Amino acid sequence: MRRLFRNRAALFGFFMILFFVILGIFAPIFAPYDPYDQTLSDRLQPPSLKHLLGTDDLGRDILSRIIYGARISLAIGLISVALALGAGVSTGLLAAYYGGIVDTILMRLFDIMLAFPTILLAIAIMAALGPDLKNAMIAVGIVNIPTFARIARASALVIKEQEYVMAANALGQSSLKIIFRHILPNIVGPLTVQATLSYGSSILSAAGLGFLGMGAQPPTPEWGAMLSQARSFIMSAPWTVTFPGIAILLSVLGFNILGDGLRDFLDPRLR
Amino acid sequence: MYNYILRRLLIVIPVMIGVSAVVFFLIRSIPGDPALILLGEHSNPEALAKVRAQLGLDKPIIIQFFYFLFNMARGDFGRSFITNEVVIKEISIHFPATLELTLFSMLIGSVVGLFLGVTASTHRNSIIDYITTTISVAGISMPVFWLGLIVIILFSIRLPIFPISGRLDPTISFKGPTGLIVLDSIIRGNFKVFKDAFYHLVLPSFCLGTIPLASIARMTRSSMLEILNQDFIRTAKAKGLPNRKVIYVHALRNALIPVVTVIGLQFGALLGGAVLTETIFAWPGIGRLSVEAINARDYPVIQGCIIFFAFIFVFINLIVDILYAFIDPRIRYE
Repeated sequence: MRRLFRNRAALFGFFMILFFVILGIFAPIFAPYDPYDQTLSDRLQPPSLKHLLGTDDLGRDILSRIIYGARISLAIGLISVALALGAGVSTGLLAAYYGGIVDTILMRLFDIMLAFPTILLAIAIMAALGPDLKNAMIAVGIVNIPTFARIARASALVIKEQEYVMAANALGQSSLKIIFRHILPNIVGPLTVQATLSYGSSILSAAGLGFLGMGAQPPTPEWGAMLSQARSFIMSAPWTVTFPGIAILLSVLGFNILGDGLRDFLDPRLR
Repeated sequence: MYNYILRRLLIVIPVMIGVSAVVFFLIRSIPGDPALILLGEHSNPEALAKVRAQLGLDKPIIIQFFYFLFNMARGDFGRSFITNEVVIKEISIHFPATLELTLFSMLIGSVVGLFLGVTASTHRNSIIDYITTTISVAGISMPVFWLGLIVIILFSIRLPIFPISGRLDPTISFKGPTGLIVLDSIIRGNFKVFKDAFYHLVLPSFCLGTIPLASIARMTRSSMLEILNQDFIRTAKAKGLPNRKVIYVHALRNALIPVVTVIGLQFGALLGGAVLTETIFAWPGIGRLSVEAINARDYPVIQGCIIFFAFIFVFINLIVDILYAFIDPRIRYE
């Protein structure tokens, strides 16, 4: 752990994420205004001491909306990564352990999913599920399943051939026990790296869906949806589009920096 | 070699059927009756039944799927609910715009990405290396839809250099053989159109180009670092070859193999990014067509666009795999 903290980049990424986590958790304390509170007399105000990042077309305080938006974006990442990780790892491990027809069917299915450009598959799923924040999380999660499944499968295939796994097999341990006790703990490293990177890309994809009007719906202070609403005021009130985008960029950047740092840490050869 | 290509081609067929199945069943699972959407809510039951029969909706879903596959094989994706235009025609009208945008973006991304990657690798652990690494991580983290809005604010509104949207000034009408306006204007020798089309292309392809740029720079850097440590590079240097030649001819050529794969894979991200970029710049391509189709619940068009995008992606991966086998003979014999 100490060695990890010596990786300055990873530490930087970690603190960026921590910043957004604290912002999200204590949103009611940090936010100067209610994110839904409309003051029509204060519409489209540029940044000032009263509204540090200005106001939007309904007179809502942009800073407060961005602070509350941190909650939403972090939740999107958490839920979609949890879904992808859970489903991906279990199917990947099953495929690796049982091999044969199970492996073939699952892997062909994932090949098909990977044949779609990610956001397009998410869009197709959203078309079926309907525009909604919850559905956006599900769609982004589903899209990420094959990546985790492949990593889990590839790592498990290597570990499966190790002597200690064969020994456990010879001792008559159940398959489930072997998978979860012996194989899973050994593939935690690459999965952690992928989960961190996917957290960032999930926030980005969900914001993209929000921007296209397929994710979070107004008046939810989701960053992508905020950008989508602010688009019409790009000429008169450029601050309405500037700040939500910076929030997306910084939060995703935090996860990507941390993910890269973790990868260097776990596999120093790549440095 | 032919065996390898044949094998690779055969794998594509089930993937394409699978892709079509996923999209077909997703679109069919959308709640609501397409016949009702087509005719409006206050239509009489007989007309509805007639349309359902016309669309084949009265048959079991599996039969519908086989009809769908059969029609698709003939290039028939049905007709748009909104414009009543044949879907494949809608796609073919919009495709050149997407192709032009993605090719240009890939060009920008590859050239800048290769340059950044090579520079970072030859200046390892220097300030240049850190700056390039930062640019590439920032590029991966960048929401293209936001970047698009920001460059519009900066370079179309504040400094009115580039147009905000579209492919050509509305006052210009131009038609060429390929549909790629920049290329067509060169073929026709029409400099005015070339300049206008090029100006329209700059901002969207810059934004979209940041997506592949980051991965290409990163891959080039790590691949170059590996090559630069090898004996033949030392030999080349010992022979007294100029540094530039050693780096760009000896090292880069060998470092390119994994980079080519990344370029291929990045096309997928690029096609996805095109949906967002086209929406921002009102670029009349397939990305914008599909977003408009989703907003209008125009299912045949949504279905056609997404399948078309996936097919292109599969096709590009196929080409990359075959190219790869040409470059690296070991792959063929696996």
